[in-house]
Amino acid sequence: MLEKLAEIKSKAIDELSSLSDLRELEAWRVRYLGKKSELTQILRGLASLPLEERKAVSASANELKAFFETSHRENKESLKERAYQEMEAATVGRQITLPTGIPSAETFGIPDVTLPGRPIPLGRLHPTTQMLCRICDIFVALGFQVVEGPEVEWDYYNFEALNIPPDHPARDMFATFWIETESGQRPMLLRTHTSPMQIRVMERTQPPVRVVVPGKVYRYEATDATHESMFYQIEGLAVDEHTTFSDLKGTLYEFAKRLFGEERRVRFRCDYFPFVEPGVEMAIDCMACGGSGCRLCSGTGWIEILGAGMVHPDVLRRVNYDPEVYTGFAFGLGLERIPMLLYGIDDIRLFYSNDLRFLRQF
Amino acid sequence: MKAPISWLREYVEIALHPEELSDKLTMSGTEVSGLEATGGWENIVVGEVVAIAPHPNADRLTLATVDLGGERLTSVCGAPNVDIGQKVPFAHSGAQLIDPESGELVRLKKEKIRGIASAGMICSERELGISDRHEGIMVLPPDAPSGTPLNEYLGDTTLDLYITPNRPDLLSIIGIAREVAALTGKAINIPDTRYAEAGESIGGKASVEIRDPDLCPRYCATLITDAKVGPSPPWLEQRLLACGMRPINNIVDVTNYVMLEHGQPLHAFDFEKISEKRIIVRRARNESIITLDGMVRDLSSDMLVIADGQRPVAIAGVMGGAGSEVTEATTAVLIESANFNPASIRRTSIKFKLGSEASLRFEKGLSAELPLQALRRATQMMAELSGGKIARGIIDVYPGKREVKPISLTTKQVARILGIKIAREKVAKVLGSLGFQCERVSPGELSVAVPYWRTDVRLAEDLVEEIARIIGYDDLPTTLPSGALPRYKPDPMRALIEKVSNILVGCGMQEVITYSLTSLAMLRKVTPQPAALKVANPITTEQECLRTTLRPGLLQTLSANEKHENNSIRLFEVGKVYLPREGDLPEERHMLSGVLCGTRLDQSWHGDSERLDFFDAKGVLETLMERLGVAPRFEPSEDKTFSPGSRATIVVGGESVGTLGELHPRVAERCDISSRPVYLFEIDLERLLPATMAPLKYRPIPKFPITLRDIAVVVNEEIPSKRVQDIIEGSPLVSRVTLFDFYTGKQVPEGKKSLAFRVLYQSPSRTLTDEEVNRAQQEIVSRLSRELGATLRQ
Repeated sequence: MLEKLAEIKSKAIDELSSLSDLRELEAWRVRYLGKKSELTQILRGLASLPLEERKAVSASANELKAFFETSHRENKESLKERAYQEMEAATVGRQITLPTGIPSAETFGIPDVTLPGRPIPLGRLHPTTQMLCRICDIFVALGFQVVEGPEVEWDYYNFEALNIPPDHPARDMFATFWIETESGQRPMLLRTHTSPMQIRVMERTQPPVRVVVPGKVYRYEATDATHESMFYQIEGLAVDEHTTFSDLKGTLYEFAKRLFGEERRVRFRCDYFPFVEPGVEMAIDCMACGGSGCRLCSGTGWIEILGAGMVHPDVLRRVNYDPEVYTGFAFGLGLERIPMLLYGIDDIRLFYSNDLRFLRQF
Repeated sequence: MKAPISWLREYVEIALHPEELSDKLTMSGTEVSGLEATGGWENIVVGEVVAIAPHPNADRLTLATVDLGGERLTSVCGAPNVDIGQKVPFAHSGAQLIDPESGELVRLKKEKIRGIASAGMICSERELGISDRHEGIMVLPPDAPSGTPLNEYLGDTTLDLYITPNRPDLLSIIGIAREVAALTGKAINIPDTRYAEAGESIGGKASVEIRDPDLCPRYCATLITDAKVGPSPPWLEQRLLACGMRPINNIVDVTNYVMLEHGQPLHAFDFEKISEKRIIVRRARNESIITLDGMVRDLSSDMLVIADGQRPVAIAGVMGGAGSEVTEATTAVLIESANFNPASIRRTSIKFKLGSEASLRFEKGLSAELPLQALRRATQMMAELSGGKIARGIIDVYPGKREVKPISLTTKQVARILGIKIAREKVAKVLGSLGFQCERVSPGELSVAVPYWRTDVRLAEDLVEEIARIIGYDDLPTTLPSGALPRYKPDPMRALIEKVSNILVGCGMQEVITYSLTSLAMLRKVTPQPAALKVANPITTEQECLRTTLRPGLLQTLSANEKHENNSIRLFEVGKVYLPREGDLPEERHMLSGVLCGTRLDQSWHGDSERLDFFDAKGVLETLMERLGVAPRFEPSEDKTFSPGSRATIVVGGESVGTLGELHPRVAERCDISSRPVYLFEIDLERLLPATMAPLKYRPIPKFPITLRDIAVVVNEEIPSKRVQDIIEGSPLVSRVTLFDFYTGKQVPEGKKSLAFRVLYQSPSRTLTDEEVNRAQQEIVSRLSRELGATLRQ
């Protein structure tokens, strides 16, 4: 019996050395380790052998089984590795094409990695929405809350409550779309700025207030490359017991640095808006020329970004905030101007005419 | 407002370069929008005409000998006004001049004119680029120094300033000079306005009566007789031109000059034409006036006029009447210098669409203290330039005089607003430089008297701005707000919009933002209810009303883009619609709408793609709803905007939240859309919002094995597949049902359809036995048969 085992072993080793693929290895395994293999038969027949012989054969047969199992495992690994290597050798420099002429990855590799991928429909947010989110996020990080308000407004909120009574020359700064109303009704309009929300927010909350208000505004204006009848503004308002002009500067400097980059210089100059005092216009140094003067900045080296100021005491009084106790700052910026500057867009009308060839660039 | 630096220098010393000066002005609130250099002439000098001889070969030409401060040159001159003793600009050959015909720059060459060599040229204003005048040579003032380069003598830089509406005092050269003085620490010199009076007192010759003192707080007048009207001297004309005004005659020019200098508009009447020699300031009646521009203006009782004994002679503060205009024949001039109610002036000038230099100043609120000083200056200049006599005295009717109280300002207030302590002395110094008079009340408090010209300064806060802007905003500290954060109020609609937009972008949809204003015609094309708010003053009919649906903008965007898009177009917009409300602001409702058309996939080598269909659009909505945690039902609808059969109402929690369908070809055609089919959906976000607010709750991942079974049934065609699915899902052991096949055709009877579902059985608490699943499956099948007449398909 032991001779038989030795014979099986030598035969199996012989065959093993000539195996060329996994299929043949599997056949080998069935032949030498399968249920019907000689080795399995011998192991099953052990019980019928005399005790002495049984011991000897059992030890040898189990040893042979372990040997076969190890050989099988090792050969399997090396055959797999051989197959991978062959595959790699095949893909390099060889294009595999099925008879139909359709390039296929089913065999090995693909015919040409420069072929375009399968198209996936792609959506994007409008550049205004993207910039709006970016700017609001900056102010949210500075403790501001985002609120929104009506676009159709009463004259009171858009003008009178902001120190712009009827016949005030500052009304020339805001060309207005008026809404048809019944005679005797209060004058209704499309808000010309987001500032009316200063009044609405203060009317319904007590200080401290810290909000930003994004939204559409409207101007009764013939459109051209720099003028639109509808555009977006973001209004900011902070009111508290110790809010100062220095806080306004700090907040807006921080905003400008985060949006435009640390290297931008920021400038505050005096300007006039009826509902703030002192009034401010903030500019950054021109990103195109770095301040030496070019077409983008009309030779001044500076680009106006927003208007701001300390909330006028008369405005505070109108919403029953005591200007002796509270001070506040407010700012308002035109949104489209910012992507126009950052991306070199030369016509504001592109934003809301929604040409997909424009929108897809952002 | 234009301000030549040479003119500013009359009142304040300016050592700064024009660029530095404009930077200082800009930073402190007076924006310099441009610097305009006049001159830049080379090879042109001041000369004196010393001899004139006729040209031997031409009747109209002369030979003018010009002394250039020692050197004498002779040039051929064609100007009719050349005369001995004139100071003139003389161009040497090589000088660059403007060709009067073409307007282009040309270089003067040495040449012979009709046989005589010309050593140079005496120039006209047009050739020098000073004005359009070319009737004759330019004549310089007699004191112009011969031999001096013209650029040194006449070259100048003019500041172009944007004056904010709160600072009418800066619509004057003196006002700007005051700013320059404060910004540079120099003194300001105001011109002397003393003059000699002669003859009768004005009181005996003319009278002024103000009938409406609320509209005219003050009216001052002087009278000049024996005046000779003629052109103004060149220096005066130059200044008017530099400031953008046209010289007319010495009388009118003085009123304009003094207005530019002091900021006070003035008017000159031909006194002979003032009926009854009375000036009455009153509201207009039903009457009309021909204004200086030749227009007949109908006046109404809300307008203030200057009238004589009979009729209006001027629209107060807006424009004078043609009937009392100063002409060549005028010898007696009544000069008006008054103060008018700004709102009234503004209303009148808007009504007439007549924004004059005068009305632009009056409407911003000038000081009532200004007229007298300006009047003195004008009277002095006019008498001097016209050779007239000044009647004794000044008429000054001043019913609106008001005491201006000083403002109390504490250093604490300054610190409270600016965030930095500024010493009282520094505050007083800065304010003093602007003409404010500060008196110390206590160690930290000042009493500040506002100079009369600063009508914009009323409060302590106004003074704080003055301090800040003169010190310079850039020199103030930079801090962040220190107080407590306000209580956070969540805004679920904003959160929903952000989420919806991001999901749709993930579904391959492009966001658009379209105009809120649209046309009634467009609304009528796409919606059955076009009741919209109308704009009272639309610019175009395309933007005449506020949208009540997002459809117009989306469909117009689709129409505009389909010409250059050859794959698919998938657009959505989240925006407001504006629904009118009786006697109130409209309801502004947040809506979502989308359109899809074209091919499912972009064209590629992977093969042709099918066209998008109803279920692509529905798939987007289902994905959206699933991500929002909402289970919508789609029910057949009757919306006529869509094609019959391909339209559905989207129902959430028993309420319709929107609609979906294939755009009716009739609607598509009206909207100028050539793509077919087009799918459109519309969701009312306000109605959807509550369903999205249900709190999220985690469900444990089932541990027990699943059993898959298929159910294929044949039902009548009109039975919605959702009803079949609902019955299957109704079985308590079923955890998920997927429709994987839908068929109508030869294999099933006429009027029937086959539906095949894959049913997933799973219990959260135990392993299901085959028997249990079989029983459940059987129950489902018998319920389908009982309730829907379904038969099993083999």
